[in-house]
Amino acid sequence: MSFLTKYVFSSDHKVIGIQFLISSLIWFLVGGLMAAAMRWQLAWPWSDMPILGSWLFEAEGGQISPEYYTMLLTMHGTVMVFFVVIPILAGAFGNFLIPLMIGADDMAFPRLNMMSYWFMWPAFACLLLSFASPGFGPAAGWTSYPPLAVFEEAAPGSGLAQTLWLTGLTFVGLSSMMGSINYITTIVQMRAPGMTFFRLPMTIWAMLVTAILQAFALPVLTAAVLMQIADRLLGTCFFIPEGALVGDSLVKGGGGQALLWQHLFWFYSHPAVYIMLLPAMGMASDILSSMSRKPLFGYRPMVYSILSIGGLGFIVWGHHMFVSGMQPLVGAAFMLTTILIALPSGIKTFNWLATLWGGRLQLTTGMLFCMGFIAMFVIGGLSGVLMAVAPVTIFIHDTYYIVAHFHYVLFGGTSLIVIGSIYHWYPKMFGRMMSETLGKIHFFTTFVLINCVFFPMHFLGAQGLPRRYADFTHTDSFAHLQPINEFITYSAFALVAVQVFFIVNFFGSMIFGRRAGNNPWNANTLEWVATSPPPHGNFTSPLVVYRGPYEYSVPGRTQDFWMQTDPEDADGHIAH
Amino acid sequence: MHRFWAVLFSLVPVLGIGLYVLAVVGKGSIGGFSLAGLWLPENANPYTTTIDHLFDLVHIICGVVLGITTSVLAYVIWRYADHAGRKNEAAQYVTHHALLEWIWTVIPGAILVFLGFYQLQVWADNKMNRPMQTIDGNIQAIEPMALVVGKQFGWEVYYPGPDGRLGTSDDLRIENDLTVPVGRPVVLRVEAQDVLHSFAIPGLRVKQDVVPGMTQLVWFQVDKPGTYEILCMELCGWGHYKMRARMKAVAEPLDGIANGSSTEPSSTATPVADEEVKD
Ligand code: HEM
Ligand SMILES: [Cu+2]
Ligand SMILES: [Cu+2]
Repeated sequence: MSFLTKYVFSSDHKVIGIQFLISSLIWFLVGGLMAAAMRWQLAWPWSDMPILGSWLFEAEGGQISPEYYTMLLTMHGTVMVFFVVIPILAGAFGNFLIPLMIGADDMAFPRLNMMSYWFMWPAFACLLLSFASPGFGPAAGWTSYPPLAVFEEAAPGSGLAQTLWLTGLTFVGLSSMMGSINYITTIVQMRAPGMTFFRLPMTIWAMLVTAILQAFALPVLTAAVLMQIADRLLGTCFFIPEGALVGDSLVKGGGGQALLWQHLFWFYSHPAVYIMLLPAMGMASDILSSMSRKPLFGYRPMVYSILSIGGLGFIVWGHHMFVSGMQPLVGAAFMLTTILIALPSGIKTFNWLATLWGGRLQLTTGMLFCMGFIAMFVIGGLSGVLMAVAPVTIFIHDTYYIVAHFHYVLFGGTSLIVIGSIYHWYPKMFGRMMSETLGKIHFFTTFVLINCVFFPMHFLGAQGLPRRYADFTHTDSFAHLQPINEFITYSAFALVAVQVFFIVNFFGSMIFGRRAGNNPWNANTLEWVATSPPPHGNFTSPLVVYRGPYEYSVPGRTQDFWMQTDPEDADGHIAH
Repeated sequence: MHRFWAVLFSLVPVLGIGLYVLAVVGKGSIGGFSLAGLWLPENANPYTTTIDHLFDLVHIICGVVLGITTSVLAYVIWRYADHAGRKNEAAQYVTHHALLEWIWTVIPGAILVFLGFYQLQVWADNKMNRPMQTIDGNIQAIEPMALVVGKQFGWEVYYPGPDGRLGTSDDLRIENDLTVPVGRPVVLRVEAQDVLHSFAIPGLRVKQDVVPGMTQLVWFQVDKPGTYEILCMELCGWGHYKMRARMKAVAEPLDGIANGSSTEPSSTATPVADEEVKD
């Protein structure tokens, strides 16, 4: 095997997973730097940015212009959602873990899997080109609501840049679609003998439900994106109403409905919220159980919760549209379904706490990140309950309360688990351990700073501070909040800076890390049977699964773990 | 070391609830920064006091849940972390507990269902049931007193002209300045001419996205005379942040405007949006 087929155009699910991981982490850094730039503007509006300013914004005299702010905002959201969280969960961890955890030698369709990664590259190219296109990049938010997104007259970025943005999104969609077909098939068809559905680790359940959500929701997004492309290039008017005036001159239009986009977009993007959360919940469950040396509490309710989140996830999209102009009666119905979806998330949280209770907690870095996830997810989930209350949303919709909420879920929740999972599965990926000391410093600083950045945003939101504003200092109502904005910005800079601990640890451990054995955490699931890192084909001998994944600290056994493949039964007899 | 992490995690409930209480009480200062005015701003709209009530109620419920769950988290780290002192204590082998699970399914479920139905009336009052008035013994819906049209980047306000009707050629047009009477229900027609905007008055808890091609109504009542800020709360382009207007709530009669008796608007158009703001 040449270098090229082994590391670049590989059809090995582990290599593809690591490719997804690395490219998403690079985008994570890009998205984080964009956020830092936005925070600069929000703390000290229209001031010259030191050093970088003259280089980045030469045309504007070293300052961020309002157009540039709006573009940063759009790009930050797009990058974080479509280029970081979705690909890192399903693409990186889904790919790496699914075959290993179910005892398969690879994905069901290895070539399709390789394509799903390489379809990300046209998307990367489109996004970079759209960044660089004339009149700034796309600037209609990551939600890209028409008519703003389709009237070039209304926003310079709604020209070529928006077309490229939409094309990029189509490629991301294709990539996810190929992935999800592969994951569903693999999980249903390729489980090792004895691996019944109710012996699957939670990670796999979560990946399965996620893949199903992708498969059913994505076509709607793709259709909507193609409709928006048609509106801009082919002269259709799906989303363009009659008689719109931009700057007092009539623009092309007729007969369309601006709200239609919002329905289609959120029909995908609400399930996508769970696509961005469920795999994290699954991985958290596995790490928490093995690091507490205790069975996962309430395995079946956990599975049913994930299934019901997946199901309900399809009928709550309207909660993004309470004040959009949608019929208020429909809003009331969406409010009731949304309230219900809080329940399974609550049950999961209680089960995690019950898992920890009475355990022997191994406070590894991965475990600390998982516990940090629980704390942050509780905050983000509870503020979600507040937003489900539609009358309250009349006040807090499009304020910083929302910004606080989704960062608590996406950053405090999902991203912490992603980082924790890297610490946890790194030995399997690269055959070496990461430094625990650096890891703990990283956890401590990140955990504290995330709260410094995002907790005060609740107070900004309670004042009604609008999101997506480039400057608050000129308003009557909010100028007094500026010290908080400065505090958030200092914290955000520090938050970006402390990620250096992670970068050093990630790359340094590849060379200097202690070599990992097959099962450094004494965990039960199948990936720990394989060597670290596993060879192409994963397992050297065929596997048989004898029990569920969470048999830790079973009374009467000398070892506190009991691997799923261990043929010995409780009395020490070998099964045949 | 595990004690350290337990203390760190205990800061979540302590600071999370503590800061919330400080903000609600709104007294004192931290490092010269006043804590007053960190929670809901004053509300002058009697239709939405129920919104503030819901906001507080849900925060209290959520605060209790936050306090319990995150304290348990900190406690388990303190009590159950592995360390030299508890080498002989094995983890408990517990896979489920039906009673506990029923409790934490049914109680939160009941609270959520209660919240779901409890809020319906508030929603209906603000988005569905337009205020009524009695004229000559007939109960009828109040007609909009003005039309507000969002456009990049400002609000145009139209009052009925001498004919007393909106949408006719004699309407008065003023930019970024709305005057409404205090002490009685006000209904406005809101529209957008180019892209999406959102008509929002934080001081009254009013918000309605305006959509090109659609006509909508908002209603409120201002009980305190004064000036309120109308903001745009839906991304509408680069100037979104500076799209705002002034709303004056004054005692009746509204010196000439908005009652169709004058052809000359008394308050001249003052485009607040462009003053002091970078273009
Ligand atoms: C370094 C840490 C981060 C900081 C300082 C930060 C800050 C911000 C800011 C200032 C905004 C725009 C607020 C506005 O003007 O409305 C924003 C929007 C957003 N952020 Fe972040 N963010 C960070 C990390 C993340 C992460 C990790 C994710 C997701 C995984 C994320 C997802 C989003 C999304 C989806 C938006 C909405 C964009 C839009 O309104 O179109 N952010 N963030
Ligand atoms: Cu949603
Ligand atoms: Cu706007």
